[in-house]
Amino acid sequence: MTEPGSDHGFDLRERPRHRGGVGLSVVMPGLPQLLVGRWGGGSTALVLWLGLWAILVGRWDRVAASLGGALEQRVALVTLLLGLVASWGWSLRDVRRIPPAVEEGVSQWRLAGRAFRKNRLAVLGLMAIVGLYVVALVTPFLAPHDPTAQGALSGRLAGPSGSFLLGTDHLSRDVLSRILYGARISLSIGFVAVGISVTLGTLIGATSGFFGGRVDEFIMRFVDMIISFPRLVLLILIVALFDGSSIFLIIAILGLTQWPGTSRIVRGEVLSLREREFIQAAEALGFSRWRIILRHIVPNVMAPVIVAATLGIGHVIVLEAGLSFLGIGIQPPTPSWGSMVSDGRDVLLDAWWISTFPGLAIVLTVVCFNLVGDGLRDALDPRLRT
Amino acid sequence: MTTYIVRRLLGAIPLVLGIATIVFFVVNLAPGDPSLRFMSPNISPQAMEQIRANLGLDQPIHVRYVKWLGALAKGDLGYSFTHNRPVTSVIAEILPNTLLLSVAAIGTAFLIGVLLGIVQAVRQYSITDQLLSVIALFFYSMPSFWLAIMMVLTFSLMATSIFGFGLPASDLQSVDYSFLSFGGKLQDRLMHLILPATSLALVLAAGVARYTRGSMLEVIRQDFVRTARAKGLSERVVIMRHALRNALIPIITLFGLYLPFFFSGAVFIETVFAWPGMGKLVVDAITQRDYPVIMGGSLIFANMVVIGNLIADVLYAVVDPRIRYD
Repeated sequence: MTEPGSDHGFDLRERPRHRGGVGLSVVMPGLPQLLVGRWGGGSTALVLWLGLWAILVGRWDRVAASLGGALEQRVALVTLLLGLVASWGWSLRDVRRIPPAVEEGVSQWRLAGRAFRKNRLAVLGLMAIVGLYVVALVTPFLAPHDPTAQGALSGRLAGPSGSFLLGTDHLSRDVLSRILYGARISLSIGFVAVGISVTLGTLIGATSGFFGGRVDEFIMRFVDMIISFPRLVLLILIVALFDGSSIFLIIAILGLTQWPGTSRIVRGEVLSLREREFIQAAEALGFSRWRIILRHIVPNVMAPVIVAATLGIGHVIVLEAGLSFLGIGIQPPTPSWGSMVSDGRDVLLDAWWISTFPGLAIVLTVVCFNLVGDGLRDALDPRLRT
Repeated sequence: MTTYIVRRLLGAIPLVLGIATIVFFVVNLAPGDPSLRFMSPNISPQAMEQIRANLGLDQPIHVRYVKWLGALAKGDLGYSFTHNRPVTSVIAEILPNTLLLSVAAIGTAFLIGVLLGIVQAVRQYSITDQLLSVIALFFYSMPSFWLAIMMVLTFSLMATSIFGFGLPASDLQSVDYSFLSFGGKLQDRLMHLILPATSLALVLAAGVARYTRGSMLEVIRQDFVRTARAKGLSERVVIMRHALRNALIPIITLFGLYLPFFFSGAVFIETVFAWPGMGKLVVDAITQRDYPVIMGGSLIFANMVVIGNLIADVLYAVVDPRIRYD
């Protein structure tokens, strides 16, 4: 064996390791990896490590107070500690790992992971997403002001300054703090809603494609119907008529209206899989239909589903922001990016920062998810791996 | 071809019926009903009963459903509470505004998107290509309402305060519209159209550009393009006459696929620019609980998507001679 894995079109060898980096990684996790040019994982670990320490030291009063605090403060504390342990442990384990002498069989996921790592923009996007989630979770320690506290009347519509980095809004609340707190809404809604839709879409699509015939016909007509309905109108209808100011209803509805796209993709994949030998073999072995669907078909359609899910998160974030913008999503005073953009509409010329910065936050978040989604698509498609 | 079109039209009937059913049940199963509009402390229970009976709300839901479908078949969408006239006349007045906005935006989006896509594909991996890809990604990830607000801020408000002239940012036409000459009227309408149409178009143009780039790249690698080059044709003729024509075929599908997004986007754009269109009509009707307008409006909205998809499919069959449908 001269060049292991060269037939795959790229390097299958073990990634480089920093020699004697154990001591270094105890103090500065991520630095050994960074030094050998593995900037993705290295800088994530290092930034996480240093950033969380900075919070721990700089905001010690809040961290100490969070022990007996509200749920969100305790969540922040747990995130803080887990983040520190994770970056430290990952780096140490990575440095001490001994590569196998002979490269064993490589799964398609590992191959995809290696292809993904070569895509710089996608890795950057993934790092930013990790950062966003951590920031959203530790926001109670981080935010300079209370997001709902209204200041003095004279402090209304104050431009960006030292104490209010992104200015204040029409109720003299700090825009930066509201953006930080609003991140939790956008990020959790995107994640949960897409989780619901992916599960539903995969199951329905797999059922439709596998059983075929009448079942398929019926499901696909239904999907056509939902897809040709302008989704926003349906959402507005349901949310407004059912008085859905609750965040759970919004998440549920966003999830329940997102699945048709996924189920179409899955159905197409299943139709081609069904004719393949290994499925016929499973049928010949007498496995039940559901076992074949869940154990043999679903794992093989996961690649396009993961791509659709990642891109879907961005889409859901924009939709939720849209609902809040129209005033029928998250209700005030809970900060949400969409309603913040709407808050600034009437004072656009006097206080441009109120609408601009939350919108930028949406764009950057969605860009990151789209970068990762595109990267995953390229990495998971074996046809592009040549 | 005619049989294909007829078959597609017949196939759309259950779809339209299904959409109508969804609209009816979502609206009617929601808590609260139209009679609550008339509720006040001074009103007697008997009067409330009478109002409910007048609105037909005392009947069971399946009876109301069949009646509503029957009226729908005759083209009757009911009577609007807030506008005090039949829903059909309200929609007939407002639909052209949305169509104007949509056609302008769709035209702009596909024009910009296809042009940029060609440039990117022809200069694959160049600086231009990468730069345009990044810009497209940003626009693609942008909520249309935010883009619209930013456009208002720069091209209307800031432009007015700096240059003393900015593009109009609300409504269809100026206040003094009826006093303008014909040319003035045309110019006024056009000025009011620019900002809403471009805001709506830019977000989708980014998607079209991404798609066109991919489609062009696929075509450029094919044998007939190499043959065209080998014949000694100029690069311009190869790209515009041979490659582009084939690359555009899948773009037509994109048109059908993007229609729901256009109409969703239109809801926001119309809200931001106070554009009296279908999106604003439905959103306003929902906040005012004007049930007939909600149902009629969403129905028309959904059917516009069905019709758009039908047009896309037929165009596809017309343009691509490789596809035989009959």
